[in-house]
Parts: sequence; structure tokens; C-alpha cells
Amino acid sequence: MPSQPVVGFFITCLVDLFRPSVGFAAVKLLEAAGCIVEVPAAQTCCGQPAYNSGDRVDARALARQTIDAFAPYPHVVAPSGSCAGMISKHYPALLRDDPLYAPKADALAQRTHELVAFLTRVLKLERVPQPAQFPARVTYHDSCSALRELGLDAEPRALLRSVEGVDYVELPDRDSCCGFGGTFCVKYPEISTRMVEAKCTAIAATGASVVASGDLGCLMNIAGRLLREGKPVQARHIAEILAGAEDTPAIGRGRG
Amino acid sequence: MQATSRAFKENAHRALRDPDLQVALAKMKQGFIERRATAAARLPEFETLRDQGRAIKDHTLANLDFYLTRFEERVIETGGQVHWAEDAEAARDIVLEICRKAGARTVTKGKSMIGEEIAINEHLSRHGIEPVETDLGEYIIQLRDEPPSHLIAPAIHVTRQQIAASFRQAHRELDPARALEEPRTLLAEARGALRDKFLKADVGITGANFLIAETGSTAIVTNEGNGDLTQTLPRVHIVLASLEKLVPTLEDAATILRLLARSATGQEFSVYTTFSTGPRRPGDPDGPEEFHVVLLDNGRSRMLGTEFQEMLLCIRCGACLNHCPIYQSVGGHAYGWVYTGPMGAVLTPALIGLKEAGHLPNASTFCGRCEAVCPMRIPLPKMMRHWREREFERHLQPNRMRAALKAWAFVARRPALYRLGARMAATALAATGRRSGAFRSLPLAGGWTLTRDLPAPEGGTFQAQWRARRRPRGDR
Repeated sequence: MPSQPVVGFFITCLVDLFRPSVGFAAVKLLEAAGCIVEVPAAQTCCGQPAYNSGDRVDARALARQTIDAFAPYPHVVAPSGSCAGMISKHYPALLRDDPLYAPKADALAQRTHELVAFLTRVLKLERVPQPAQFPARVTYHDSCSALRELGLDAEPRALLRSVEGVDYVELPDRDSCCGFGGTFCVKYPEISTRMVEAKCTAIAATGASVVASGDLGCLMNIAGRLLREGKPVQARHIAEILAGAEDTPAIGRGRG
Repeated sequence: MQATSRAFKENAHRALRDPDLQVALAKMKQGFIERRATAAARLPEFETLRDQGRAIKDHTLANLDFYLTRFEERVIETGGQVHWAEDAEAARDIVLEICRKAGARTVTKGKSMIGEEIAINEHLSRHGIEPVETDLGEYIIQLRDEPPSHLIAPAIHVTRQQIAASFRQAHRELDPARALEEPRTLLAEARGALRDKFLKADVGITGANFLIAETGSTAIVTNEGNGDLTQTLPRVHIVLASLEKLVPTLEDAATILRLLARSATGQEFSVYTTFSTGPRRPGDPDGPEEFHVVLLDNGRSRMLGTEFQEMLLCIRCGACLNHCPIYQSVGGHAYGWVYTGPMGAVLTPALIGLKEAGHLPNASTFCGRCEAVCPMRIPLPKMMRHWREREFERHLQPNRMRAALKAWAFVARRPALYRLGARMAATALAATGRRSGAFRSLPLAGGWTLTRDLPAPEGGTFQAQWRARRRPRGDR
């Protein structure tokens, strides 16, 4: 890249509310990679809860709001495959019949990337932008949206392996959903529980001490179940590991 | 059959606690997924074939009236008859009438999902005609008086011990000392019992994997050969099929056949692929005297031109079921009607109504694995979302959920209010949950905290911290 890329950072509502440290880890990575990061205040949620609940009116309103908020930025980056997928894959379909916003939705879709996708595909990084340390055996959970919607597969693994101290181990049955599914986990808690149980069993079987993923929804589900089962595996957003943010307590772990 | 889709949650609850079912599902999951992956990987042109298969079906649907007329003409030319059935009741009446004219007392049946959809067995039984399923899986569930739980493996939920028990109960001449523990002995026992029925049957009913417009042929694929005996031994052959089984040419059928078995069982081809064209001609060594095709609509033509049209591309391979984490967890019966898994979640509301089947398109995480393996690349999650949109428009969802969604959207559409609300929520939750890091239980979050801890917020939103730490360049 000739000059410093300017990135509009889409925080995602879960990171904003539950785990700001993920946002700061992501910003650290982007800045280390030479980006100028800005955070528009007018952003809230990508609208996925409304969209997936069949509420197109609110989903469209939130899509337009997001499009306007990020209009000035040549790149938009989100620390979530799910939200980045919503913007880049679903906004164009959602606003197809809106003559004013359809072209804007298409344009934003082109400019929007999940964090790891941005680092590897746009900035062409093959390793973390600045040396990082994270001494742990780490496995990676593919969020369904990152894996199947965005096609992220080798990229997150390559970045994890480039962190000093990371002993990467593959997760068996890695194509399987963890059972989060947004509102699914509270609408069908028993089925969701069965799915996350299976995921946690697979995670524990790897012998990893840390499970990383690119989506906080999956991670809260997995962390919540690991805690309930008393399994010592830590759940962390991939940005934390790539930024070497070892000092932050893992998801769901206290400071006390 | 009486649909129990409204009770999906209760059905799922029972299924999750059924140890036999859970063993069967775990076995199924491994077998099907691995075999399909191997078969797909071994065929370099598999992805191209998917595109070709889809293009064939897309073209057929776009010209369905033409190909249907063509098909009917060809069937008549070869000496057969086509019966158009608007709905399940019409189809049942047509089949019963043909059976009565043939003076039928025993009817053998090959596997047919349309047979299940129109509940033909109950109808025939009620009118004094004995229907006998000849596919082993179908035979087992007929003995158990159950609907199929899987598109291509109808008795996947039944254990070997349960099958042996059903056989001992139904086959009265069976020597109690005879061992039935092995699949081989079970199969031999079923064969023995069925042989007699094959010979006695007056009418044979099969389904159809394809209807071929250029020749008026129908085609079935089986692994047991039961379909061939069903359609060649009796005097009358009835084919039950729905409109969308149509393809233009034999060549087209061959293209899709290459996808079907690989996607379904991981076989390159099913053991038997059988084409039927009209009744026996003079000089033919065998074949039925009458050949009838019952073409069922049952709501399908209403899907044309809607956002659900692509569902009519489905070739019933079952790959979406096999890869679905919901299906893998609860099995087929929880879905409460004939069609299960992701394809059932889209098709069932179209056939029996959204009020009845509203749970099915909701019981999905949109993980997308079904679409990824669907040989016809049907966007199943997208269509489930369309059903949710219709539910929302018609106010069919629970009021509490709708109210919560609306309240959340009201706030999310107002960024300043949203930032304030998020800050307050983060602060309040962090104050109580920060020390331990997670909540064991939380009011209004029981769906989550019954089986999982809820990680507590770290405290303070990202937005607030960002603005406190940095010059607010991004405040636009």
C-alpha cells in the first residue's frame, strides 16, 4: 500500500458491550500494520438480529444507518466474520430495491472486511504485523460465517502460527457450528446446548489451553459452556492472541 | 400423517433424551459425512457437475409447462397414463381407483416420499387393500407404524435390537430360536417375508427420482433391487411423483445421477438405476400391463416465481440432513412431518402451512453447511429467513419476542441513545459480574444460563473508552 490506509472500525455490538479489549487488540494490529483507525460514533449494530428474525424494516434501517456512518472510509474492518458477512454479503440483497441505497450497499460490501481477512487479503500480511508472544497450545474455532460466508480457512491459522509461543493444534470436526446462532441459542436452548457440548468436548480433546475464534458470539457460547463444565480451557478472540494480549483475563474469567 | 411440527420443541426435548436415537444419530453423522466428502474429492469435475445439474433443473422449472406437456404426451404414446393430482387427497383417490379397477388386494411399494406425503398406506389400508413396503428401511418403519426419519435412510433411528423385536412380533412363523442379531440375518428374514408379497401383489407403487420428458420414462435408484421387483412383477405399475422431478432428457438425468448417489451415500452410483417407459410391449419378456404416473402438485406450483422456487431444485439426496447440526442432534421425527432437516424446514411450511410448521425454519443457526453440500446449491438458509420474514409480517412469532426485538431496534436506530444504553448496561453488569467474570444465572437470560455461564462485560463500552483515550477524529 503506497500511503497509510484509513480504516473505519466497525466495533460490533458484542465487542462494544462485552469485551472492549478485543476492539483495542484489533486496533493495535491495524495500527501496527500501518493503518489509520477511526471509529465513527454513529454506528450501533449491523442489524443481524432483526434481519434473521424476519424484521426487514428494522434491518434495512440499521443497514442504511451503517452505510451512512461508514461512507467516508475507504476500508471498513470488523472483528467478526458474522457482522462483516452481514455487511458484505447481505446488505446488497437487503437493499436491492432501494434505488438510493442499493449502489451504496454494493460499494460498502466491497470495502468491508473481517479483521483477519483484511490483514491477509488486503494488506497481504503472512504473519502478525508486529512480533507478538502468546505461549500456549492454541486451537481455532471457525465461525460459520467466517468459514463458509467469507471463505476464511488457512488465513487465521497462518497468523496464529506466526505468533511466538503459539503451539497450534487443529480442532476435530471443525466444520461444525458451535450452536450459538444469535437468537437461536435462547430460542432453542436445549439443541444449542447439545451443539456447544459437542464443541467443548472436541476442544478439550485437543489438549489446547486456549480456544481462539474470530467471533465473540461463538466465543461467549463456548466460554460459557466451558466454565459451566469446569473445563480450564480459555476462550479468546483471535485478535487478542495476534496482539499478544496475554494480560487480559480470558472471556468469562474474573479479575478477582 | 398428522403433523406434530408445532410441538417441535417438545419433540426435540424427547429426542435429546432418547439414548437409542442418540447412538443411531452419532453413527449416521460420521458415516454419511465422510463418505460424501471422499466421493466428492475423488471426482475432479464434481463442482462443475453441481453447476450443470442446477442449470438443468433451473431450465426445466423455467419451462415447466412445456416439459410437463411433453412428458404426458410421451407417456401416452408409449401406452401409459398420466393423472394430474392437485393435492394429496386427489392423489390418494386416483391411486385407490386404479387399485380398485385392478381388483387389488395386495399392493407392493418401493420407497416413495410422495407416498409418505399423501399418506397412501393409511388410505389403502382403510379401504381394505394391504400395502407392503419393500424397501428394508420402509418395511421396518411400516412394522413399527412410524413415519420415516430420513430421506434416504427412513429407519436410521431404529437400532438392530429394535428391528429384531419388530420382526419377531410381525413374522408369526418365525422360529424363536433363530438368531436375528446381524444385519445379514435381518435382511434375509425380511427378504423371506417379502418374497411372498412380491408374488402376490396386484399393483406395484414406486416413486420416481426423475421424470424424463423426451421419453416419458420414470427412473428410480435403489440399493436393494426391491423397486425393480415392485414395478415388474405386478400387473399394474403406479408411479407417484411430484412435478419438479422432471428433467428434459435422459442425458440430463444421467448428469444429475452422477451427483445424487455421491451426495447421498457417497457411492459413485446406486446399485440399481431403473428406467420405466410405458407398460409391457408385445414381445417384451416382462413388465406391467398398465403404467400409470400420478403427478402431484400439492402446493408446488404456487412456489414457482416466489422466493421459494429454488426449493423445487431439490433431488432428495439427504446431504443437507446429514450435515445439519440440528438434525444430527434431534433426528428426523422431531420435525413432525414427512420432510426433515434443512430441506424440510423450507419445504414443509410451503406444503402444510407456516402456522403448522413455523418452528422449522426458526430452528437453524444459519450455519450454512446445508447449502455448502447441497448438490443443487439451494440457498436453504436464505429461504428459511424468508419464512421468518413471512412470520414476522403475519405476526406469527411469540409476542414477547417481537416486543423485545422492536425495543432493541428502537434503541439501535438511535446511536446516541444506543451508546448511553450500552454504557449503562456494561457498567451495571460489570459491577455485579466482573469479579467472578461470569454469571451463573441472570434474570431474563434463563435460556442461556440454565446450561452455560454468561461471560460478564469487562466494564465500560469500547466507544466510551475510545473517546476517553483518543482525540475523537472519527466523530462524524
